[in-house]
Amino acid sequence: MSRPAEATVEPLRAESAPSTGAHTHVPASAAPVLTVEGLDVTIGRTVRAVRDVSFSLARGEAVGLVGESGSGKSLTCRSVLGVLPPGCRVADGRITLSPSTDTAADGATDADVATLPASESAELTALPRKQWNAIRGRRIGAVFQDPASYLNPSLTVGGQLAEQLRVGRGLSRSEAYARAVELFAAVGLHRPAELYHQYPHELSGGMLQRVLIAIAVSCEPELLIADEATTALDVVIQAEILELLQSLRKEQGLALLLVTHDLAVVAESCDRVVVMYAGEIVEDGPTTEVLAAPAHPYTEALLRVASIGDWGRRELDIIPGRPPETGADLPGCRFADRCAYVTKECTAGPVALRTLDGGRRARCLRPAGPSGETRSAAAADPGLPVPQGAAL
Amino acid sequence: MSSTLATDRSAEASESGSTAPLLEITGLGVSYGRRAVVRGSARRTRVLADVGLTVRAGEIVGIIGETGSGKTTLARATVGLVRPDAGSIQFDGRDLTALGRSELRDFRRSGRVQYMFQDPLRSQDPDLTVRQIVAEPFAAIGALSRQERAVRAEEALSLVGLDAAEIGSRTPGQISGGQRQRVSLARAIVTRPQLLLSDEPVSALDASNRNLVLGLLDRLRRELGLAVVVISHDLGSLAGIADRVAVLYRGRLVEQGPISEVLEYPRHPYTALLTASAPSVRSGHRLLPAELRAPVGRDPWPDDVGCVFAPRCRFADDACRTEPRPAAVGGPSVPQDHESGAPEASAGDEASAAGHTVVCHHAGSWRARLG
Repeated sequence: MSRPAEATVEPLRAESAPSTGAHTHVPASAAPVLTVEGLDVTIGRTVRAVRDVSFSLARGEAVGLVGESGSGKSLTCRSVLGVLPPGCRVADGRITLSPSTDTAADGATDADVATLPASESAELTALPRKQWNAIRGRRIGAVFQDPASYLNPSLTVGGQLAEQLRVGRGLSRSEAYARAVELFAAVGLHRPAELYHQYPHELSGGMLQRVLIAIAVSCEPELLIADEATTALDVVIQAEILELLQSLRKEQGLALLLVTHDLAVVAESCDRVVVMYAGEIVEDGPTTEVLAAPAHPYTEALLRVASIGDWGRRELDIIPGRPPETGADLPGCRFADRCAYVTKECTAGPVALRTLDGGRRARCLRPAGPSGETRSAAAADPGLPVPQGAAL
Repeated sequence: MSSTLATDRSAEASESGSTAPLLEITGLGVSYGRRAVVRGSARRTRVLADVGLTVRAGEIVGIIGETGSGKTTLARATVGLVRPDAGSIQFDGRDLTALGRSELRDFRRSGRVQYMFQDPLRSQDPDLTVRQIVAEPFAAIGALSRQERAVRAEEALSLVGLDAAEIGSRTPGQISGGQRQRVSLARAIVTRPQLLLSDEPVSALDASNRNLVLGLLDRLRRELGLAVVVISHDLGSLAGIADRVAVLYRGRLVEQGPISEVLEYPRHPYTALLTASAPSVRSGHRLLPAELRAPVGRDPWPDDVGCVFAPRCRFADDACRTEPRPAAVGGPSVPQDHESGAPEASAGDEASAAGHTVVCHHAGSWRARLG
């Protein structure tokens, strides 16, 4: 596993460097697999927790959805899965799952395509409950933070994967066993035939997450959603899981929506990044460019507090202030009271998500240019706390 | 029983002058009893073996390692929550392992060593207000008057940057995660301890709050001369504040030294794997994790003989498999070049070798075998 994994990591880093390179393995004409338009999610009747969120994912593309807790990133991805918590609902907007155009041409699923529900465009926000079964687990796979709680402790892990294969793909008992063992090997689990008969409590967190990934991709979905899937894991295991997701993406043309609060994880593994703050998208664009020159002050702040892979003593920056209450109705920019560059206009009226050069968008009246020139007139970081670790 | 990495003490002493260490752990071993779930499986599981650690006043020492490596057990043993079965724990010149039950209880109640638990939601009583939570260490032992407790609680809250007037009468459920963690910190420092053990203080926090809490620890050690042991798996932010770091792997200390040196130029393959795996927003020059993982399909390694990391080590060979691990309790002493771990090229570089110890058969040579 280590060799192929290595092979997938290196090209990713290399190709995400140039501006146009981020999408090189995605067909230029690739229609989006998932399109989210104007999504609004409300908690109860009035609390608008997610506001006007629009983004899309192409086949084989990895998009990172980043934000602090309470930014609406999890509600957004749960809307896509149709598993919003009680009391939450999609108030407005469209979520469209398009058929990946070349699935049939691939022949990857050959005979099984017939048994699957027709791969057609589906509008997910209005989907009746019964039809979700044809989508969830089959066309959209998902893995979450705590793998142990998504597995039945009294059934073997192999049995649970085989069940998904039999229900989702109509395989026979023996076919399902054979395919399950193959899948376990494909996600990097050793001795898959023995592991098939083990129970969740016998496996470590990293192994369980691999089992869940095997289940999530067993029906060859078009889209895999990983909601904080590596957050609870050790760094060593986290790196292995991220590499696994990358190789699945390469091999199966899987679109990957990675939801995380860790900008560093996105930097390592995503083509594009969508930054959310207080329920809104504040910036999105190709990862390398956004991280090299963030246009929105919030992205800039996130970057300042992220792990930079430098092991020296340094000031630990913070983002002063705290985000507004979920769903709070503010007249202007929702980041204004924490922003170092705030002016009167920022709080006067709603700020639109503007399109910038290079496929980027930012919700800021004065987004920084590629080299930060637009905002450089403002005083240098007046809102920052006084560095604390200077002594010693 | 107390054996240790001999280089630890000498190197530390030369590094920090003549100050006597506040905490000195030598040859610590802890094992947990296990009930017989399957026939005949009742035996003791060794979770720490021959661990040595020195902490001075005003110093921050990081402990890193994966789940199950014994980080928490090491911290719990230090505050006397777990009884070690080997080694000694000297705190301010007093051997904690030699204390009797009631003496140990008195010591814990003295508040000179405090422990900051991993999960604030579970370690804070949901029905108490923030003020009551912070004053709990006094309430538990019946010390101080009600008013004095309130004054001390407010003092501690302001030290961690919280306004007692604003959140003092709220319950843990009514404040944010970052504030809860700071309340935990306030409770830990309210007794004005000399040593603070902080177990994963930031693992549940976002980056900004993580930096805020770690920054506070840094400030407290400078302002109060507090010695801090921080368990964390976030290497990057730990590097920002800690002076030294100890790397644990399966209950053994595999590497220890000044943090920037250990992380910048790891001499143990496991430390190298950790640093290579840590995600960062900048792709740097560092090693790739895949270069450091053991090849798949290698023969299983015998457990409990030889190097503890050998089964997962790309560079392990027969020596690692069969030779007793370097610096094991009662084991034969290790050739000098192995124990110091200094690569041949920089063997004469005393500054970089100061206080940097590594337990690896090939500490000086594995890098040369990288592709």
